[in-house]
Amino acid sequence: MEKAAETAKEPELLLDVRELRTYFHTFKGIVKAVDGVSFSLKKGKILGMVGESGCGKSVTGFSILRLIDPPGRIESGEIIFEGEPLLEKPEKEMEKIRGNKISMIFQDPMTSLNPVYTIKKQICETLELHRGLTGVDAHNRAVELLRLVGIPSPEERILYYPHQFSGGMRQRVIIAISLATSPSLIIADEPTTALDVTVQAQLIKRLYGLVRESDRSMILISHNLSLVSGVSDNIIVMYCGRVIEKGPSENVVFNPAHPYTIGLIDSIPKMTGQRKMLKQISGMVPNPLDMPEGCAFRPRCAQAQRICEKEFPALREISAGHFVSCHFAGRTDR
Amino acid sequence: MITTVRMTKLAGILHSEGFYNFRHNPFAIAGALIILLFLLTALFGPRLVTQNPYDLAQLDLNDSYKPPIWQEGSDPRFVLGTDDQGRDMVSAMVYGVRMSVAIGFCVTIICMTVGTTLGLISGYKGGRLDSFIMGLVNVQLSFPSLLIAMLVLIAFGRGVWKIILALSFSGWVTYARTVRGTTMAEKNKEYVEAAKVIGFSESTVLFRHILPNVMTPVIVIATLQVGTVILSEATLSFLGIGIPITEPSLGLLVAQGYVVLFSGLWWVSVFPGLVLMFLVVGMNLLGDFLRDEFNPRLK
Repeated sequence: MEKAAETAKEPELLLDVRELRTYFHTFKGIVKAVDGVSFSLKKGKILGMVGESGCGKSVTGFSILRLIDPPGRIESGEIIFEGEPLLEKPEKEMEKIRGNKISMIFQDPMTSLNPVYTIKKQICETLELHRGLTGVDAHNRAVELLRLVGIPSPEERILYYPHQFSGGMRQRVIIAISLATSPSLIIADEPTTALDVTVQAQLIKRLYGLVRESDRSMILISHNLSLVSGVSDNIIVMYCGRVIEKGPSENVVFNPAHPYTIGLIDSIPKMTGQRKMLKQISGMVPNPLDMPEGCAFRPRCAQAQRICEKEFPALREISAGHFVSCHFAGRTDR
Repeated sequence: MITTVRMTKLAGILHSEGFYNFRHNPFAIAGALIILLFLLTALFGPRLVTQNPYDLAQLDLNDSYKPPIWQEGSDPRFVLGTDDQGRDMVSAMVYGVRMSVAIGFCVTIICMTVGTTLGLISGYKGGRLDSFIMGLVNVQLSFPSLLIAMLVLIAFGRGVWKIILALSFSGWVTYARTVRGTTMAEKNKEYVEAAKVIGFSESTVLFRHILPNVMTPVIVIATLQVGTVILSEATLSFLGIGIPITEPSLGLLVAQGYVVLFSGLWWVSVFPGLVLMFLVVGMNLLGDFLRDEFNPRLK
């Protein structure tokens, strides 16, 4: 009886990614863009995915939608979405999921809308494809969507072409398109990176509201830890294709355990306290074709020791739900 | 509501920058007027002229080689004179223009469709298919296009449809090349990725999302190609391997007159030649304007 009440309270699992590996087979060798990434996402939750350029955040996003173009390939792993394994579905089935149950928001609003079509046409074609709406029904729904994302006088603006909008407005249109079919999961790949800082906050707030109020889930991919920490329930920190730290947002932000995460947080200017020089993480990201043995962060890590050269640190739970991939994390004797 | 949309579209065209440039470019207007005139001639000409010059029953050999109306010994029925068969030059040229325009547009449409489709697929798919199509293009480009057309005509024989086939055979490559290049640039833009993410199938992404974005150079090439094709057809007919002698053709008229050009019977060659020149110049003027208008680098 008690157990049943508990499961009812706990939201059900929407997405479960297990040991995902996506490799790119280039002429120079194999690039392990995503190398054994596991995470899960519950209904109505927002997951932040943080890491620097090239760490595999976006490739993870595209792998979920199975949109990896050659020479890239999903090598192994499992992606369970709403209880169904996505990697085993035929392409036709995937087309029904893309844009319908899982939609994606891209980084660059300047190029993610087709320049030759009006906004109306671009929203309506999604509605027609997945919902079978045409004519006046589609038009009304499109206007409603534009109003939802905060575009003023949508009845008029709907006939505009993308070049007649500003960047922020275009990103709103893209959000409207991604919401058109009421997807249960939205993957937002750096949705505000290309925008002005003032517009960024507005837009992220709007997106946050839209996701929360309709009990959708979202994966927010960004290199901006402070932006992500403000909206997400859980955070994953990625480095060189691997998850190096994951857990509830407060834990990761206030008690970071991996030296890389600590470095990331130290490099954000603080609004309070004494002013001092910002710290930076020394060194460079290793060449993806020539990964160091053992821990990928070792060459840049101040605490690195013998064991780091030999052994890749497995993810360890240091507190409830907080996992870290470092030999010394959470140990008092370091 | 649909009508208002159409009205705003029309108003949009009339108030657009392109139309403004057009109105202020006398060469473009001249080109457009010349083409309009030729199109009307092609459509309604045969109803206006006095005889069907390719119906032998209407010809009289006694009327052969009549000079234009301002020269001595002319016949008021034949304003620009007659040829060796007693054909009225005006009528013959109207029928010839009809044929030239028809062939010009037919070949251009065929080339445009085939070339654009192959270029799109080639640029989008890449890999072996791309290498194959581009290999074909490169082999074709290394032969003069007229030579290819001649080979095809020699292999299949003469006739209007065969000449269309022959000229299409060599004309599609330019489109394929251009479209392939543009497609390769377009396919990496995020709107293509976005369309895939929305769940559109590959062919929908290719033909509904990428195609409209690569059409600009295609339109320009097409306009310029109509002129080239008309000239090629005239050349082949002049050489005697194009349009059969029973069909009207400007090139054939020039060839017929060429034999007697130095006997003082100049009008048989000169008038069709002039008509041909105006037709091609008109096409090129409009094509040049479109090229300048659509080329973002010149703006």
